[in-house]
Formats: sequence, structure tokens, C-alpha cells
Amino acid sequence: MSAFASWEVARRAAVIQWVIIAAFVVLGGSFFKAQVLDHESYRTRSANTHLRDVSLEPPRGDILDRNNLPIAENMTGYSVRLVATSEDSLRAVLTRLDALIPNDTIDVETVVKRWAAARYQPALVYASGRYNAVAALEEHRAALPGLVIQAEPRRRYPDSNAVAHMVGYVGEVSADDIEKNTFPNAKPAEIVGKQGLELEYDSLLRGRRGLRFVEIDARGRMIRQAPAALSLPPTAGKIVRTTIDLGLQRFIDSMWRADLPDKRGAMVAMTPTGEILAYASFPSFDPNDFIGGIDRATFNELNTDPDKPFYNRVIQAAYPPASPFKLAIAAMALRRGFTMESRMRDGCTGSYHYGNGVWRCWKPEGHGSLTLREAISKSCDVYFYQLGLLLGGDSILAAAREMGFGERAGIDLDGERHGTLLASVKSYVDARGVSTWGNGETLNLAIGQGAHTETLINMVSFYAALAGDGIKRAPHIIKDRPGVVTRDLKLTPDQLAELRAAMVDVVNSGTATGNLASEVGLAQFQVAGKTGSAEVTGQKQLGWFIAFAPADNPRIVVGIAVEEGIHGALVAKYPVRAIVHYLTGKTVKADFNTVTEDLLHTGADSGQAVPRAVTRPPSRRP
Amino acid sequence: MNRGIDRTLLFVVALLAAFGALILYSVGQTDLIGGNHGFWLRQMKWLWVLQLLWLLIAVCCAAVVYRTSFRILEWATPWAYGMSLVLLAATLVIGRGHGAALSEKSWLSIGGVGIQPVEIAKLTTILMLARWFAARREPPITLRGLLPPIVLAAVPALLVLRQPDLGSAIVFVGILFGMLFWAAVPLPLLVLLASPVVSLILAWSTTLWSIWMVVLFALLLIWRPFVLEGIVVYLTNSAMGVLAFIVWKGLKVSQQERIISFLDPERYRRGSGYQAVESRVAIGSGGWFGTGLTLGPQKRSGYIPERANDFVFAVVGEELGFIGVLVALGLFVALLFTLVRIARQAGDPFASLVVFGVASVIFTHIFENVGMTISVMPITGIPLPFFSAGGSFLVAMAIGLGMAFRAAEEGRAASYVESRQ
Repeated sequence: MSAFASWEVARRAAVIQWVIIAAFVVLGGSFFKAQVLDHESYRTRSANTHLRDVSLEPPRGDILDRNNLPIAENMTGYSVRLVATSEDSLRAVLTRLDALIPNDTIDVETVVKRWAAARYQPALVYASGRYNAVAALEEHRAALPGLVIQAEPRRRYPDSNAVAHMVGYVGEVSADDIEKNTFPNAKPAEIVGKQGLELEYDSLLRGRRGLRFVEIDARGRMIRQAPAALSLPPTAGKIVRTTIDLGLQRFIDSMWRADLPDKRGAMVAMTPTGEILAYASFPSFDPNDFIGGIDRATFNELNTDPDKPFYNRVIQAAYPPASPFKLAIAAMALRRGFTMESRMRDGCTGSYHYGNGVWRCWKPEGHGSLTLREAISKSCDVYFYQLGLLLGGDSILAAAREMGFGERAGIDLDGERHGTLLASVKSYVDARGVSTWGNGETLNLAIGQGAHTETLINMVSFYAALAGDGIKRAPHIIKDRPGVVTRDLKLTPDQLAELRAAMVDVVNSGTATGNLASEVGLAQFQVAGKTGSAEVTGQKQLGWFIAFAPADNPRIVVGIAVEEGIHGALVAKYPVRAIVHYLTGKTVKADFNTVTEDLLHTGADSGQAVPRAVTRPPSRRP
Repeated sequence: MNRGIDRTLLFVVALLAAFGALILYSVGQTDLIGGNHGFWLRQMKWLWVLQLLWLLIAVCCAAVVYRTSFRILEWATPWAYGMSLVLLAATLVIGRGHGAALSEKSWLSIGGVGIQPVEIAKLTTILMLARWFAARREPPITLRGLLPPIVLAAVPALLVLRQPDLGSAIVFVGILFGMLFWAAVPLPLLVLLASPVVSLILAWSTTLWSIWMVVLFALLLIWRPFVLEGIVVYLTNSAMGVLAFIVWKGLKVSQQERIISFLDPERYRRGSGYQAVESRVAIGSGGWFGTGLTLGPQKRSGYIPERANDFVFAVVGEELGFIGVLVALGLFVALLFTLVRIARQAGDPFASLVVFGVASVIFTHIFENVGMTISVMPITGIPLPFFSAGGSFLVAMAIGLGMAFRAAEEGRAASYVESRQ
């Protein structure tokens, strides 16, 4: 067969050798392009496919009380994350993971959302898981591909319920907040302040996230950590020092829980210059429950509790100011030329006839003829009805507004509400019609009832001004924040002294006297104060007492409001005990962690040398 | 006198076998957790040992074939061919999938050892074609005359396609064209034969296809086949252009995805293009010298898909770099050149055609397999000679090479006789 003649075969062999060479040149060329020309880009991609960055949460700055005791601190927690190559595999692993942790339920959809937002990064499952939960996961690591567990700082509030409303809590930043840029520079799944000081000073406390790389295999399982050189350490948040006296805070908390266990209400203590010493709202909750995600059952229980434990009664609840407002009326009268010795035309007979109505005094048998000073100490309603009429409705409203009533006290906490105070009589008439005012409202106004409510913080803030130099300052919890002047009560030092003297009478020989007889601490310090019992529509009376001491040079002002509780005279002992506790210096020093008796404790103006950690004044978020 | 075994072929084959075993050893060295269960020899870690055991069996098979005269082989060819067709048909009925190709019924279990009849069928088809051509005095010069060899190759190819194993079916096309060429079928005829496939591929672009149809018309005028054949060729091409869409519809989704992902792997990065991209990333990250044997991070982390079989060459690229790739490709070229040389020097047309057929199989496998790791060819799961793990293919290769050794010896004997005459 000639086709296989040797020259024919040789010709075909030559052709086919060229074909082979051509084919291998094509292959070799492709390899040359990939391995030599495009090497850099492929090398980068190779690194990218098997390295995943995991964020390292910074330790949040501690929140300390005025004696450097921790109100909020960090302990070791564990974050749980998952690397997944597809949504299906993520869901499958989450289902298994969920089954391993009996007491916690994972919000699968949230995790899937986090994953979808950054597919090549480990999706956060728990920001700070509890130790036993993480231990259970670690045990079943083989069944949970892509599991990344790392130790991370976990927020802790050692005094739990006692500090809940003041310190707030932290949680994962919401999608809404990221969209609105509520927290500058916050990345998804980052921990931010949600309430209280944690929210207010989040920009200081938060710190900056670090970064770490881990090597991941093709199925998304972590092989090992990448060299440390590749990681960026997180920057810790700054320490926030507060004016809180944790000893007093604890004292108030335990006192309330022991004596008023089922009562709703609030108590706040501050210096006359506006430094908050204690801040408590009842009932409370444990902010530690929120760390690492509150479980649904606990949240629902708290959220549906009729006593509303989340309600911050110091700054959010507005109550009729009642008798404590009589001091404001008295101050207005002094400014208008009345003196402490001024008497009204009619003596108190237990009721006052005005227009078509009869207006009762709290004491049915009547007080008789009183001076202003006596009227304050006896809290005589009939006296103040007449004083109110003399001052006039519009005048009272204008002066009250000028003194900062019906407004926010300006505390450095988010969510403060203002009370309600009419702008003028006309506004009331415009809203309801001419006939309804009829000066009867003026009478109500004069005794702190009617269309007027105030928050506890604003009332105590007003009393702080009375106890101090007559200047109302914004209360503040952070130490380096100066008390911003909000209002000048425009009272002379003499007038202030006279008002304080009247309030001393309240304690010594007035409405509060009987119930304070058994208070042993009273002998040491002269306490001044004012009781009050507010009529709240649909509820039992609300008890007020706002007091300060020592009367001649006040260092602490304490206010209490107890909802549906008891008459103001009966709640008076609690602020008094708090005052005595504070002034006798039973306070816990951080240095020794023991209770020390410090009779020379100087309280608010002790000027302790505390290193300043906060270098710039915190700015309030808009 | 240079009697005895062909030293060059032995040397090249030994080097390739050693290279392959070394790479398979490296394939087992990973950071992957788990997966090491079952019989130890079946674990990825010990794959190289298993492969060496298969190599031993393969060498025995090669030795037996080496001692067998081509006349015996030629006599046995029809029986072997028939048997292999029966096995392929049986595979369709009682076969099962395996590993990555779980949905492909390509394995037959004989005494607990899985074999792939398609590897045997490749050899028997070569033998059958060689026998058919060797019996002719002159090569066919019409398309009609090509019909018998086309049928001989098409029957096993179609059976394989039914499994469905597109990659192996393509190998039969490679065998057919290689042997047609070596049997001295005129080149224009081959072009015309291949033209419908070209039409099918170009059908994606109307412009390109139109140009091709004009070129084809010109070629028909120049080469002047029989009028009827010319018309058939032209009509077939026209039909292919139109049918492409229908054929496309007829493909399985997985096959469609493979084709699309071949054209645009990045688009299917997490889907079927995943393998192509990961393989290329591994190769590209190797650079000039690679990361060093066993040290490739892509391989260690399991990013190279099917790293013991289809994409084993990506491991070469990542760990030994461009230099390692050149060495491997150089050895392949040396092997192919040696086989072509043996085919050229073979003592008789049957032997020559068989050796060239073996070379065609090896070439097709190499080009398709290595090409797909670097995205030059679409992804089809066919193994790489000497590198991919797997017994059936290795044994089939050994038998083919055994025949080549035999042909080399017979050829030299013949040329000795020739030169003495």
C-alpha cells in the first residue's frame, strides 16, 4: 500500500509534528500568560480566596463612677461567626448550631442578611456568646464547618439592675442606624450603645475595630490564623468618668427594693451644681441580659410588664408637680415684692370659695391665717389659691416658663422628655373655649395641679438651683461636662435663704416632720425639703419629696417620686436616708474595694485627682 | 545493533510516570480537615500508593502486550471491539456514577474493582479502525468511502455520549480524525468532514457563520468532490447553523452551563465556572517557579477542584510554576514525537496505524485536559495521562504503550531486514 510507503509516512509525520508543536505552543503560551504575565493578579486572587478578614471588636471604654468604681466594664466574651460559601450551607449549619444551644434562639434571617451583605466575610452569629454556649459549639466543631470563634470583650454591668436606666446597654447597630449614620463609622454588626450613657457617649466609648485574617479552605472551614503581621489591632474605647456615686446608687437601689418593692417611681440625687450622684428608676431590668442579644422570652416578659421596667421614670415620666411647685410660686411672689411674712386676705378654713366652686385644702380642718413661710411648711392650699389669684394665671405661666418649667432639664442622656406647661391662658382658652378657664385653672396651677406636668429630673434640678446660688444648671452625669446654665431664678441670696428656711420648717415642724421622727441621721444634718402628693387622673396619689442638706450649705439634693404610692410625707424618709448616707460618707472606695468610714467626705466638691481620660468635651448627637 | 526495547520511549514514559506519582503524592498533602475515612488506600493521602499499585498492574499488562504479535492482535480485534461495545452498552444499563461524575453511568463493577469500559473501547476502536484501513489498498477518497470508519468510531462514541460523557465522546472524534489522517485520507476530505462541526460552533455568530458558508462554498468549488457529496456537505452545514439552537436546547442544563462557563468563566464564578476560575487562579499564582511541591495554598485549602483527576495539572502549575509546566509539556511532546516516530518506522500499516491511534488518544487527552485547566478548552472530565489518579485509564494507556513498544521492535526488525535486502 503506497500510502504507507516510507516517504509518504515521513511527510505525514512531519505534518503531524508541526501540529503537535502548534498545539503545545498554544498551551504553553496560555500558561506563560497566566503564570508569568498575569501572575501578580492571580497571586492576589489566590490570597483573597483563602484569606478572610474577621473584625476584632475593640474593648469598649469603661464607665466609672466618681470614685473610679466600674459602672460598665468588659470581661471576656466570645463571638461566634460562620464562613459560608452559599446561603444553603449557611442555613444548614445554622440549623445545626441552633440545635446545639438549647437556651438561645438564633435569628437565622438576621444572620443570613449579615452574610449576604459581605459574602466573603464570616457572618456574625453571636456578638458575645456565653461561655457554656461557645464551649458546646467548640465541642461539635466538626459538624459546624466555617465556625470561627474568637475571644472578644463582652460588656458587663456589675451593678446590673441598680444602674440600668442610667448606664443603658449596648447591642448590635441596626440597619436603620447605619442608613441614618446615627453612629459615625459604625460598620454592620458592630456593637454600639443603645440606651443611657452607652448611647450618649458612644463615640467616646466605642473605639475602633481591628482586623484579623484567617485562612479558609474551599468548604469554608477555618484552617488556621494568618500571620499576626497581617492583623490590625483594635483601638480601645476611651474611659468615661461620671459623677455618679456608686455607693449612693447602690444604697438607693437596695433601699427601694427593700421598702418599696412593688412601687413604680424614680429617685435622683445631684449636687446643687448639677452633678448627678445617683439616678434610679423603678422597676428596673438587668442590662446584662441585653449583652450578646437578649433572648426573646426575657425581652417579651420585660416589654409586656404592666409596670414598664424599660420606662425611664427619671427623665421620661411627667407627673403633676403638686406641692413642690409651691416653692416656684413662692419664688415668683418674692420676686413680685411679697415677703415670707406676707399673709393672704382669708385664713384657711379647710376650703376656699371661688366662683361657683369650693376648692379644698388638703387639711379639712384648716390652717388658719398663715405667713408665706408657714404656708410652705404646712403646704396650705388655700394660701396658695389666693397667692395664685394675686399673681394671675398668665403671670404664673410666664414666670414658670422663665424658670425652666415645662422644659427639659438638659441632662446628658438620650430620650429626656419635657413636661407640659401652657404657653399662656390664651392658648388654653383657644384650645378649649372661653368658659373653661374661669380662673379655676389658676387655682390648680398655684398648687402644681391642672394642666401642668414635670419630670422628676427637672423638678430636682429646680430645687438644686434653690439649694445653690439660684442658677439652674443642666444636670450631667459625665464628669468633664460643666453644668451649663439654663435658667436664672432671679432670687437674691437672702430670698433663697428664706425659702430654704421655710423648707427646713417642712422637715422640722411641717408636713414631713411626723414621718421623719424616727430618722436617726436627721440629728447630724439639717435637711430641708418639700413634700407633695399629686392627683393623677385614674390613679392613686403620687408621692413627692425633694430635699437637700445641709440646709445652710447644701451639698446634695435628692428627689423622689413614687407612683400610686403614698402621700408625700410618707416617702420623705427615703431621700433623707439617702442624704444621710451620702453625707456621712459611707462610700466604697475603689482603691481598697472595702467600705470605709470617711466622715470628712466632702461629696460633690471633693475635687479628687482623677486622671482625665476624656480629652475633648463630648458632643451631643443631633 | 539496536534490537530490544525502545530506550527513548521507555525513558520518557518512566519520567512521566515518576512525575505523575510525585504530583499525586503532593495532591494528598493538604490542610483539609476530615475526609480521611474508609479504607486507607482510598484516602486522598495515600492515593499515590494506590496509583503505584495500579502502575504495577499496568506494567504487567504492558509487558504481556509487548510480548504479543500484532498478528494475534489483528486477529482478535473484531472480537475485542464487539466485546467493548457490549460492555459500553451494559454500562448504560447497570453502570453507576463515581466521584465527581456521579450522574454519569460510566463505571462497571467487576469483582469489587470499578472499571471504565470506555477506556477499553478507545483501544479496541483504534484496533478496529487500524484493521479496516490496513485491509484497504488505497485510502478512501470520497466522503461515502469514509462512512465505514466513521460508523466504527461513532458507535462507541454515541454509546459513551449516552452515559453521558461528552469528554470521552470527543476522544473518539480525535481518534477518528487522527487515524483518517494517518491512513492518508486527503486533507480536503477531512476538512469537509469536519465542516459541520465548524458550522455548529460558528452558529453563535450569524456573521461568522455566513463567512464560513462562503468559504466552504469556495472550498467545494476548488476541491470538487462529487456533486451529491458537495450538496450533502453544504446542506449539513446549513442545517447545523440552524440546528445549533435546537441542539443547544437538547443539551442538559449542566452541559449548557459548562459551555457558557467555558466562554465566560468569571460570570459563573460560584457556579460551573468555579472550577475553571479556581484552576486558573491556582496556576496563575504559581508564577515562574511555583510555590514548591506540596506547598500550594490553593491546593492545600482544597480550592483546586478534582485535584486528583481532572484538574491535577493545576497542581503542577501552582506548585512547580511555569518551569514545571514546561517540563511536563516537554515530556508530553517528547512522548508524542517518539510515538509518531515509531508509527513512521512501523513494520506494517496495521501496527503503524495502531501506534498513531494511541498517539491520537494521548494527544487528545493531554490537549483537552491541560487546555481546560487553563481555560483553552471547555471543561470535560477526561483524565490526564500519567498524572490523573485512576486504574482503568492507566491500564488502557499501558496496553496502548505496550503495543507501541512492540511496534518499535517489529519496525526496527523490519527496517533491519529492509536494509539487508
